[in-house]
Amino acid sequence: MKRGSVSKNLVLLALFVVGLASVVGAQTLLGSGATFPAPAYTKMFDEYYKLTGIKVNYQGIGSSGGLKNIQDRVVDFGGSDSFIKDADFSKYTAPVVHIPTVIGAVVVTYNLPGNPKLRLTGDVVADIYLGKITKWNDKAIAALNPDVKLPNLAIMPVYRSDGSGTTFNFTAYLSAVSDEWKSKVGNANSVSWPTGQGAAQNAGVAGVVKQTQGTVGYVELAYANQNSMAVAAIKNSSGMWVDPSLDSISAAAAGAFPADTRILLVNTDAKEGYPISALTWIIVYREQNYGNRSREQAEQLAKLLWWMIHDGQKYVTALDYATLPPPAVKAAEAIVKSITYNGQALIK
Amino acid sequence: MENNVFTGQYKSRKRKDIFFKVLVLIPSGIVVALLVLIMAQVVVNGAKALNLDFFFQQQKPFGEVGGGIVQAIVGTFMVLAIAIVIALPFALLSSLYLYEHNGSRRANGLLNVVNTLQGIPSIVIGVVIYSWVVVPQKTFSAFAGGIALSILMLPLMISMIKESLDMVPPSYLEAALALGVPRWRAIVEIILPAAASGILEATGLGIARAAGETAPLIFTAFGNPFLSLNFKGPVSALPLVIYEYIKSPYDDWHRKAWGAALLLVLFVLALNLFIGSRKKR
Amino acid sequence: MNDRRFNALLGFAALVIVFIFAGFLFTLVVQSLPAVKQEGAAFLYGSEWNPVTTRFGALPFIIGTVMTSAIALIIAIPLSLSAGIVMGEYVNSSWVRSVLNTLINVLASIPSVVFGLWGIEVVIPLVRNLAMLVGAPPYGAGILSASLVLAIMIIPYMSSMTREALMNVPAGLREGAFALGLTKQEVVTGIALPFAKKSIFAGILLSLGRALGETMAVTMLIGNATRIPTSLFSLGNTLASVIASQFNEAASDVHRAAMMALALILLIITMIAGWFGRTMMSKGTGAYGK
Repeated sequence: MKRGSVSKNLVLLALFVVGLASVVGAQTLLGSGATFPAPAYTKMFDEYYKLTGIKVNYQGIGSSGGLKNIQDRVVDFGGSDSFIKDADFSKYTAPVVHIPTVIGAVVVTYNLPGNPKLRLTGDVVADIYLGKITKWNDKAIAALNPDVKLPNLAIMPVYRSDGSGTTFNFTAYLSAVSDEWKSKVGNANSVSWPTGQGAAQNAGVAGVVKQTQGTVGYVELAYANQNSMAVAAIKNSSGMWVDPSLDSISAAAAGAFPADTRILLVNTDAKEGYPISALTWIIVYREQNYGNRSREQAEQLAKLLWWMIHDGQKYVTALDYATLPPPAVKAAEAIVKSITYNGQALIK
Repeated sequence: MENNVFTGQYKSRKRKDIFFKVLVLIPSGIVVALLVLIMAQVVVNGAKALNLDFFFQQQKPFGEVGGGIVQAIVGTFMVLAIAIVIALPFALLSSLYLYEHNGSRRANGLLNVVNTLQGIPSIVIGVVIYSWVVVPQKTFSAFAGGIALSILMLPLMISMIKESLDMVPPSYLEAALALGVPRWRAIVEIILPAAASGILEATGLGIARAAGETAPLIFTAFGNPFLSLNFKGPVSALPLVIYEYIKSPYDDWHRKAWGAALLLVLFVLALNLFIGSRKKR
Repeated sequence: MNDRRFNALLGFAALVIVFIFAGFLFTLVVQSLPAVKQEGAAFLYGSEWNPVTTRFGALPFIIGTVMTSAIALIIAIPLSLSAGIVMGEYVNSSWVRSVLNTLINVLASIPSVVFGLWGIEVVIPLVRNLAMLVGAPPYGAGILSASLVLAIMIIPYMSSMTREALMNVPAGLREGAFALGLTKQEVVTGIALPFAKKSIFAGILLSLGRALGETMAVTMLIGNATRIPTSLFSLGNTLASVIASQFNEAASDVHRAAMMALALILLIITMIAGWFGRTMMSKGTGAYGK
């Protein structure tokens, strides 16, 4: 081989690389974070692409990952289903806002022979994840399910190995109903699990539960329904047995919304409300002129958010997410309008 | 032992000989059987996923059946292209350094560094490139993924190219120098072309080594459900979709994970066979 | 261009390589400082890894790493040595030899993530059945599954190193031994293996280095639990797998620093294994006056 041809090929390749990079425009947005709303988001963004040609790349890496990526400013928006606590705002070098997008349910799903329908209380779920209830035919479970023939099978709890808003809402509920849980494990995006197997993302937990008999896990309702997995009815604070469903999620979200929409829905006192319902947010910097972001990019982001809280909502109910109730939409509108570029509002 | 070797009864020695043969043949048989099993499963399960959509469609939203992995196929080629464009010049120059300073303390030091780099776990490369490239650039990108892979392939390429440089008869260089050609031109125009096939093989093996790597891409190339040709933005890659799909609860994604695995294995295998066939000649 | 500039160019490239390596160490050390400051030496022996209380002790992952690698070695060594001996000593037909070589090379070139995929679909169900037989929690995932797949992954590496070590045994030694009427087994165990043992051991150490740092397959199979594994069927994490599953999210600065510190520990452990392996290797090949 001649030296000339090697270097010529290299030059051609380099030119090709540079050429492609310049030809390809920036009709893209990048987001990362919560996997709780990922089925809804990927559906919305697929529709948005057909509608506008704008490719919104959303990587479900867990809520903590989304928040960290926003802190590091390596994405346009982060997804999280745990809101940022007041004390944590200092981790962000500029003010961030929460835009609520959809409402879902953290469901307790399991894999048992015959796929029986189970009823569980928060206490029992807490005891399972504390490692105190280890068999499916434990009398605590049997007492709640007198009609079900429970197998003599070890319970294998599955939890999220990544930092997760789903975990946050799940442990917030368990902390609300079980003092022992509150003192021993607590409530956070990732906790120190006394027992069980870790799996990455909602999809990972659903994947392990679907493939392993005897497991129990917590995932967003859409993952369970898309894969025909069994889901437990949970006793809510009014003493009602509630299945997670569009109606029971909506009922849990029917109350008032604070202006910044930072609100937990777990352990609702709504009579028909599902007790582990959760709101999920997109997190963006209020002032969009940072790094080397263009105005066009900021506008695209604001338009996308506006679309998600309005027209985008019609795609989520088919996936068993509840749409935002009117007061939440109203609060969200005000928040999207507060996003600026060089101090100027992007949506008027 | 020695006693037995020289004075033992012939029959018992023969029995031991046969026993030993069986003792090593059985585990070897297990190894071969395992390999055949794994390959067969990749081929059989992977083939089920292959159709036109698989090659030409983008990913569908979560839980929807259909679509394809064109974004990952293209993404893999993008990160590999960047990796090789970065790694090849550095591999050439630093192996020439080793060639020129063969045996010197500095060259031995460099050799040590190269060997140590070769042992760096790929996940560590991903973590470091995240803070070196992704954070300052303010975005995940094919570019960052390519840099991570280039660091992964560099040590392998350097030692292979160095080997092929060493195989060029020293008389070539001496003859050129005797004719009054400057040393650098002699090296560039005589030594390098003489080692060209070794350099090509090193490049091929570097690509083969990097093509299947997942860990350095998770925090750099990041992934993308859409086909993207933007080197400055995140892209998908075959190993990334295998990792994401097989974790998921979706049967269709499991099928596609096998399909992607088949593509990846075939690609890496083709590179290896190509290099193997060249080496024999 | 002239010779001086050319040399400077080469020197520059060499320097870049050295800087990359130095940069890796520097970055990892600097970024892990907050965790090391908080935990001190307890980072190495602390058994609690709790992002809620921000206590970070790496012991569960160090144990997980050592356990999976050790078990993988125990499984892989007999298989690899046998395969290496067969390829190096028993196969005379060049056709069979090249088929075996190709097979081993194929196995070596299968990407880690494909082994993980295969492990999830094939090994985990097997281990689950085994766990049910012995009455352990039948997760399927865990130390054993990860170790099994890890073993398969290092076999090609270890067996081709064994083969090469055996092929480096001088033909004269072997021929002389046969001429004295020794059987094949006596030649192999009495002469070839003792001669090659340093190189073989070096191969084992280098394979260990690979096993310690292996990420994807292990992450997919080990069950990602941040507890100290206590049995073959325990779920766990290795240094590499916990970085893969937690790096991109670390909630607090200390958590993030702790991930960097894990990466640093991993780098140092693999460097030591690699260094020992290479030293052993040069001693092994140096034995016959090379």
